[in-house]
Amino acid sequence: MPRSHSTDIDGLIQLLAKLPGLGPRSAKRAALDLLKKRESVMRPLARTLEAVATSVDFCAQCGNLDTVSPCHICSDPRRDAGTLCVVEDVADLWALDRSEGYKGLYHVLGGTLSALDGVGPDDLRIASLVTRVSEGTVQEVILALNATVEGQTTSHYVADMLSETQVQITALAHGVPVGGELDYLDDGTLTAALNSRRGLED
Amino acid sequence: MEWRDDGIVLSVAQHGESGAVLEVMTRSHGRARGYVRGGNSRKQRPVLQPGNHLALVWRSRLAESLGQFTVDPARSPLGAILSSGGKLKAMACLLSVVATSTAEGEPQTPVYDSLSAILDLIADTQDPVGWAAAVVRLEAALLAHLGYGLDLAVCAATGREDNLVYVSPKTGRAVSRSAGDPWKEKLLPLPAFLTQQTAPSQDQVIDGFALTGYFLERQIWVARRSGAPDARARFVDYLRQLAPQK
Repeated sequence: MPRSHSTDIDGLIQLLAKLPGLGPRSAKRAALDLLKKRESVMRPLARTLEAVATSVDFCAQCGNLDTVSPCHICSDPRRDAGTLCVVEDVADLWALDRSEGYKGLYHVLGGTLSALDGVGPDDLRIASLVTRVSEGTVQEVILALNATVEGQTTSHYVADMLSETQVQITALAHGVPVGGELDYLDDGTLTAALNSRRGLED
Repeated sequence: MEWRDDGIVLSVAQHGESGAVLEVMTRSHGRARGYVRGGNSRKQRPVLQPGNHLALVWRSRLAESLGQFTVDPARSPLGAILSSGGKLKAMACLLSVVATSTAEGEPQTPVYDSLSAILDLIADTQDPVGWAAAVVRLEAALLAHLGYGLDLAVCAATGREDNLVYVSPKTGRAVSRSAGDPWKEKLLPLPAFLTQQTAPSQDQVIDGFALTGYFLERQIWVARRSGAPDARARFVDYLRQLAPQK
C-alpha cells in the first residue's frame, strides 16, 4: 500500500488512538490539527505532558493525583480529619470536591470488586484504608461508591472490613436527583427513593 | 435471525471502549449472550445491571454467532436490593448459579420463572434462610433438568418413604435414618425442607447447599472447568455467620 505519511506521524496517530473517545480516524484528525498548530498547541502540549508525567503521582495517603504527596487535600489543615469519604476513582473524588458540600478527607479505592474482570480485594486500596482508619483519628467513614451492583457489593465488603474498627460507617443516599422529574426515573431509583424517604424540615 | 424476549441480566462484561457483552436468562430462549452497542455508555450502564429485567431484541446473521442485543429496561428489583449486603450476596449467588448451571440457547422457562420469583423474594423479604431455601430448590431443579436429578422420594436401601435424612453421594438417592446411620460419615445430610413442606432452618439450608453443591460440582462444574462460583461460597459463608435461629 502506498504510504502517504511518515512512520513518526503514524506513531503519533497510534498513540492518540489509545485515548478514550478517539478511534484511528479521529486520532488522524487530531494529529493533523496538532501539526498545523505546532507552536501554539503541539509544543506546549508536549512540554506539559512531559512535566505532568514527571511531577504528578498518586498521594501515598489517599490515592489522589497531585504533584506533592500527601496531596493538597490531605495536607489542608482546614479539612475535617475525622471524616473520610471512600470513592472508587480519582474522577469521583474530583466530582465530590467540585460540589464543595464536603469538607473532610478522601480515600480512593482504585476500582470496585469484580469477579468477571478478576478484581479482588488485594487489587484495591482496602488494606491501606483499614490501616488509616485504625490509626484512630477518623470517626466516620462515608462510603461514596457508585450505585451499581459492583459498587454496592464493594461498599458492603469495605463495611465488613471496617466493622471491627468502631468508626461510624455511612453510605450515600440513593434517590431523586436535584431537578429530577419522577416520570423519567427508573424503577430501581424510585424504589430506593421511597425506601429512604424522610421527614420534611422546616 | 431475530427474536424478541424478556430477560434477566446475569452478567455484563465490558467489550471495547463503549460496548458490552451481555449475558441474560430469557423466558423462551434460555441463557443467551450478545453484544450491546454502547452497553458501557453512561446511558446504558444503569440498565445493564445484574438482576434487572429487560425487553430484548436479539439479531444475528447466523444462529451460532454472538449476535447483537437491543435492550429496553422493563423492571428493576435493585432499588430494594442494593442497600443490603445480605441481599446483594444472595442475588450474586443466584445469578452465578444460573449462569454456570444452564446450557446456552436451551429454552428453560421454569428456570426463568424461578429466577424472577426468587429475585422478587430477595427484594421484598428480609429472610436470608427463605432466599437460601429457594436457591437450593432451584439448584435441585437445575440438576433434574440436566439429567442428574436427586431421587428423594424413597429410601434406596429399604424402600421406605419416611424418615429420609441422608443422600448417597454415589447415586443421589435418599437413604432413611435406620439404613444410613452406620455409614452416616460417608452420606450427605438431606434437609427436611427438600422432601416435606416444612420451614427450613439455618443449618438445613447450609446442608442443602452442601448437597446440591456436591452434585453440581461433580456433574456440571467439573465438566465445564468452572468450579463452584465464588459468589455462592460467599453467600453460604454469610448464612453461617448469621446469628443462629431460636
